[in-house]
Amino acid sequence: MRRTRQAFDEQLAELEQRLLRMGEFVETMLEKAGRALVTHDTKLAKEAIAADDTADDMDLEIEQHCMRLLALQQPMSRDLRTIGTVMKVIADVERIGDYSVDIAKTAIELAQTEYYKPLEDIPQMVEITRWMLRQALEALVAHDLTLVAKVIERDDEVDRLWYRIREQVEEVMQARPEVVPQAVALLLVARYLERVADHTVNIAERVAYMETGRLEALAPSHRTELEVGDEGNPDSGAEEI
Amino acid sequence: MTDESRETIQKPEGEVKLDTSDLNLYYDSFRALYDVTVSIPAQTITALIGPSGCGKSSFLRCFNRMNDLIPTARVSGDVRLDGQNVYDRETDIPELRKRVGMVFQSPNPFPMSIYDNVAYGPRLHGTQERSVLDELVEKSLRGAALWDEVKDTLRKSAIDLSGGQQQRLSIARVLAVEPEVLLMDEPCSALDPTATFKIEELLLELKESYTIVIVTHNMYQASRVSQYSGFFLLGELIEYGPTVEIFENPEDQRTDDYVRGRFG
Amino acid sequence: MKALPRIRPRTMQALAFAGLWALAVLVIVPVLVVLGIMVAKGWGELSWEFVSSVDTGLLAPIVGTTVLVMLTAAIAAPVGVAAAVYLSEYARAGTFVRLVRLAIVNLAGVPSVVYGLFGLALFVTLLQFGRCLLAAAFTMALLVLPLVITASEEALRQVPRGLREMSFALGATRWQTVRRVVLPNALPGIITGMVLSIGRAAGETAPILFTGAFLSLTHPFPKSLLDPFVALTYRLFVDATEVPGVAEGVKWAEAVVLVALVLGLNLGAVTFRARLRRARRW
Repeated sequence: MRRTRQAFDEQLAELEQRLLRMGEFVETMLEKAGRALVTHDTKLAKEAIAADDTADDMDLEIEQHCMRLLALQQPMSRDLRTIGTVMKVIADVERIGDYSVDIAKTAIELAQTEYYKPLEDIPQMVEITRWMLRQALEALVAHDLTLVAKVIERDDEVDRLWYRIREQVEEVMQARPEVVPQAVALLLVARYLERVADHTVNIAERVAYMETGRLEALAPSHRTELEVGDEGNPDSGAEEI
Repeated sequence: MTDESRETIQKPEGEVKLDTSDLNLYYDSFRALYDVTVSIPAQTITALIGPSGCGKSSFLRCFNRMNDLIPTARVSGDVRLDGQNVYDRETDIPELRKRVGMVFQSPNPFPMSIYDNVAYGPRLHGTQERSVLDELVEKSLRGAALWDEVKDTLRKSAIDLSGGQQQRLSIARVLAVEPEVLLMDEPCSALDPTATFKIEELLLELKESYTIVIVTHNMYQASRVSQYSGFFLLGELIEYGPTVEIFENPEDQRTDDYVRGRFG
Repeated sequence: MKALPRIRPRTMQALAFAGLWALAVLVIVPVLVVLGIMVAKGWGELSWEFVSSVDTGLLAPIVGTTVLVMLTAAIAAPVGVAAAVYLSEYARAGTFVRLVRLAIVNLAGVPSVVYGLFGLALFVTLLQFGRCLLAAAFTMALLVLPLVITASEEALRQVPRGLREMSFALGATRWQTVRRVVLPNALPGIITGMVLSIGRAAGETAPILFTGAFLSLTHPFPKSLLDPFVALTYRLFVDATEVPGVAEGVKWAEAVVLVALVLGLNLGAVTFRARLRRARRW
């Protein structure tokens, strides 16, 4: 079957590329913020913070592009879902950018502080969440549901790290009250990263909807577990790894 | 947990007004329709979409046996109105066509006055009394949203009306015989967008009282007015279901390609 | 091979127009010449008295021809129009229809003198009408029948198919559709065909030669359908060939009257059709 609407296909492809670029950009922000935190690099942190304006611009531009396609091309079915998905996904990506800014600000805050122990789990979380963001966006562009599944799997890892950090921080705050400020700050960072992971899971779920046309939360039981774990259920999280 | 895969030909809810089983249509040796089986619900608008020449109009014309007018046409399978096969030997064809009315792509008004155009149908079936005809004409013209525009010029020739008015006159003509079903074969193809929208508005009102089946090559029209849609391709009914599903997430890849405009 | 010199499109167009115009003139000129000669030669004898007197004038032939063509029309019209309706609206493609059409075409090609002989054999002799108006009218009707059928069928075909479809879709039977939609709209064409047939009938000699035309001073007007009658064409034929001592001018004058009659009928047909068309547009 000869393909018609080539121009429209090209516009859709361009839309997806723009989204990828925004994703890469925000991923870089996350990477810089994470590194700035570990290496006490204030300059790097400021770069990350400054980049947020650009990220917001990209959000707006892509949204406008989507609206224009909706108005002018009357997309149906899969095309409509793609455009709708992109519109929702940029919001998640933009939030990830905001969290990167928060982490960068924390980095500046803790620039002079010597950490009570070398940061291991947090950089690990940064790496995993970066990977998740990359893969989720790749899944969208490649229309690949297997990548979606992989992203959702790794969310468990992130959660486990989050719980571990929480336990550690609780312990250390009781044992050494003088580290409470940095402990609290680091706890917040961990929480930010856990939220970043959740946003990438959102993206992945949106990709699943785009592909299948069925609105389903892919990990409902998972989400409920999360809430229960937050109440301090001793059964949550920190056994293995 | 995933949904079970949907049937490509769904059975609609509610009372079934028209239905076919294994309907095949031949023009001599050319097979125009392949085993079409579908149920069309009452008091809804069903749209038939698909590329040109794929059998939608031929299918539509089975319901009021207009295909009988084509000498080479041959039908096999069942076509039912309210459960009764219309191809039965005992079927009274003029009566059938009274119950199942048709509006064509070109309005084709008779070269008569507006009044006589609308009164043509009732007169055919024996209504002669002036007062009855007057009432019927007014009711039908109102039903077709044309009364206000022509009530003072009923004696004028119908040819002088605009395209959109002529098409509404066609609808009034059909309404005058008090049908149960309205078959519409691309009724808006020859009209400008404003006239088209007026008729679409009208259809949405009419569906309260009539069962409407509309063939359209404009799938956006289908998505605007219909509750159910059927996609035809090369004489086969590929998919049938609620319009919302056909356009948002069709089952069949071919339907998907068509609604996205990716057809070659 | 040497290429033809290229002629500019504009020149070509002018040449074409000139050529076509010349050919058109070539067609009209002979007609005008003939008419001119006729009128010139007969002018002297043309007068009201000539036309209206009974003994030496043309009143009897004119009346005779008029009655003849009316009868012809009365016979040919119902048969012809009905046949046309059948062929156009009812007939299904098949051997029978093809035979009918073949017959019509052949009828149209039969020489008029053969019609005359046929009429003599059938109406005059076999059916024992004798030589009279009735026999002549029937014979003439046969002659014009193909004309009527063809013209009527053409007129019926001109009615757009959509109108019939519309009528059927509203629940009309075939006959209702024909009666209410097709025939009324084909009427102009049908009537035109009729008038042209009348014109034809007025101008034919051979069919009435053996079947009813005569010359009589004692009984110039037929008293009933079974009486013979005087016709213009026959009168002209006789005056031109058989009767000695008829002045040249008289023959030409009779010709002028005949031609004027036929031309008048044709013109009338065309005007009538134009008026009806304007009243009934679609």
